[in-house]
Amino acid sequence: MVGAFLLVMVLAPATACAASFVIRSARFGERINLVSSIVVFITAVPLTVWSGAGPYHYLNDYVVLDLPGAWVILCTAIVYGLASIYSVGYMRMLGEEQRLWGFYALFSGFALTILLSAIMNNAGLYWIAIELTTLVSTFLVGFERVPESIEAAWKYIILVSAGISLALLGTVLFYWSGSFVLGPTYQMTWDALRNAAPRMNSTLVVLSYLLVLVGYGTKVGLAPMHSWLPDAHSESPAPISAMLSGALLNGAMLGIVRFLSVADAAQDGVLARAVLVAFGVVSLLVGALFIVRQDGIKRLMAYSSVEHMGVLALGFGFGGPLGIAGALYHMINHSLNKSLMFFGAGNVMRSFGSKQIADIRGVWTRQPVQGALWLAGAAAITGAPPFGLFLSEIVILRAGFERGFAWAAYVMLVLLIVIFIGFLNHFREMYFGPGANADASASGKEGVALSGWCIAPMWLALVPVFVFGVWWPTDMWNHFMAVANALTSATP
Amino acid sequence: MLAAHLSPLASSIFSLMVIASLLLAFVMLGSRWLNNYLYAFAAESWVIAALSASVGFYGHYPELYLIAILTALFRGLLLPYLVWRIIRRLNVAREIHEILQPSSALVVGALGVVFSLAVAYRVGQSLGLAGTVAVLALTVMLSMKLIGFLMLTVRHEALSQILGLLVLENGIFLGAQILVPGMPLLIEIVILFDLLIVVACFGMLVQYLVAHVGSTSTLSLKRLVG
Repeated sequence: MVGAFLLVMVLAPATACAASFVIRSARFGERINLVSSIVVFITAVPLTVWSGAGPYHYLNDYVVLDLPGAWVILCTAIVYGLASIYSVGYMRMLGEEQRLWGFYALFSGFALTILLSAIMNNAGLYWIAIELTTLVSTFLVGFERVPESIEAAWKYIILVSAGISLALLGTVLFYWSGSFVLGPTYQMTWDALRNAAPRMNSTLVVLSYLLVLVGYGTKVGLAPMHSWLPDAHSESPAPISAMLSGALLNGAMLGIVRFLSVADAAQDGVLARAVLVAFGVVSLLVGALFIVRQDGIKRLMAYSSVEHMGVLALGFGFGGPLGIAGALYHMINHSLNKSLMFFGAGNVMRSFGSKQIADIRGVWTRQPVQGALWLAGAAAITGAPPFGLFLSEIVILRAGFERGFAWAAYVMLVLLIVIFIGFLNHFREMYFGPGANADASASGKEGVALSGWCIAPMWLALVPVFVFGVWWPTDMWNHFMAVANALTSATP
Repeated sequence: MLAAHLSPLASSIFSLMVIASLLLAFVMLGSRWLNNYLYAFAAESWVIAALSASVGFYGHYPELYLIAILTALFRGLLLPYLVWRIIRRLNVAREIHEILQPSSALVVGALGVVFSLAVAYRVGQSLGLAGTVAVLALTVMLSMKLIGFLMLTVRHEALSQILGLLVLENGIFLGAQILVPGMPLLIEIVILFDLLIVVACFGMLVQYLVAHVGSTSTLSLKRLVG
């Protein structure tokens, strides 16, 4: 049963990708991509629930469905679903009808590679899946074919490829350190590595872990390796920005988390965690600085992603049941909320015809419904109650105090407040700033009418973020405890 | 561990090849003509293929012969051919704007090798492998990494950056042959194929650069800041 669902989940986007390439019609592409995303979501939910009874191994142990992987699959499925709905409305506004089939083919291919990375049970194959996500998404980033987006695509592929080549080096060195224990040829599954870890050479594990952390950290967008992220997120079409931020970054974070648990098992956890926490703090700092003085609306969202990946790094770095639970809760909340923010930013960009915050005034009067949703999302993404990110950030802070990282927790608290003020200040200007009322009628350029496709996914994202803010389901908490258990204890 | 108990002859052959490929990396670092990069890269790939074959011979890993053939075909012929096609289409013969003169780049590269040696020496000591070919392989692996990054930083032609990335990967492949000759065949083959796709993607992207940005120098990519 689990195997069949897993197969369907992988085949759906694969079929959508292939069919879009063959049929080459925009309308067909958007439909089959939508269907595929719904199928992925319908299969991902039960898979996440069932993963508690696993792990399930397939294909000669190359594929696994385990607890942390299933959680990333769920987050990916949510963002893929929301972004597929949104792109039906958004991509029609771009006026690229004749190339749109290519967009949908790559879109479902992109989702496929992220899903694959989450179920790879071999550190080498995981690396390849992550590399493939880069290659596919590069062309999505550059889809609009204006100089800015080509520049962003080039920076993205060069920086990320160079970065994750470090992760490959780290992976090879991990294999080497395992070969002293397991013999020259073995399957480098996550379990094999973790079980062999206590007998590995400590120096070599630290060296390999640091290489892997910097490598996948580039892909996650941890500062100071984040420099591709604002460019790629801001220049790609809005649904792709949501996928990059809400799905891809989690997929790469999964690799760091898995290697962290290997380093833990090798008794190198103290150093490994300290480095991850340091990256988290630097990411928060960089995010805060660039959020406060930001001109571009989508770059604002992109730096917010750097910030939230920093929070995730802190959560996993603090560790312990609280830290991991907080980080996983934060992951799903951030996926929902950041999708909402990018959708809103895309709508506003289309409607005002500019990416600059300074040009966007009076969102409220021009688009009341989308404006209200976006503003609520902005409050949520900065960690204001009663939304899910407030809860998850509080839990991560508590984990920091409990696990001896009080200094990092204090810094995190201060920076979150700075970000709260800085981020919402931009929204205050866009909603209530000078010229808010005169603009729409005086300039005579009415915004484009937004279709329901562009508004509906915002509702679908906001409602769960709100629900998760007032009610943390007990089952979900138990699930997180199981994930924490799976990450900290070696399985036979 | 293969490197720990090798016959002196095998050990010297491996060392020779490893050093040769490091020298070829320096050739790439010290040249400003794109064609020279390409020849050095192809030669380096052939050296790595020969290394695979000899590790397979001395270490009794027959599957490494297959890897050697594939390395020679893919990295030694196909990749250089793909890159050569891009060069010919672009009509760019050399680096025009250099941040760092090739001579200074060589010095910085040499410092990188010293640093790598220090790291490798320490790792080798803690593993009880000091003085074996493993330390040398680790040194060259790390220094080709650093040289690749140096090329990415100080070169601006899009093509030099592609070649810089390929040097990064060559370093890993080279080290992997000696350190982990038993690495499963599937992984190595998939990584080889992956590299082909990477270069194909770069090829397409370079075309877009020409068409939409009007230049293949990454110096002109400065619209997105802050």
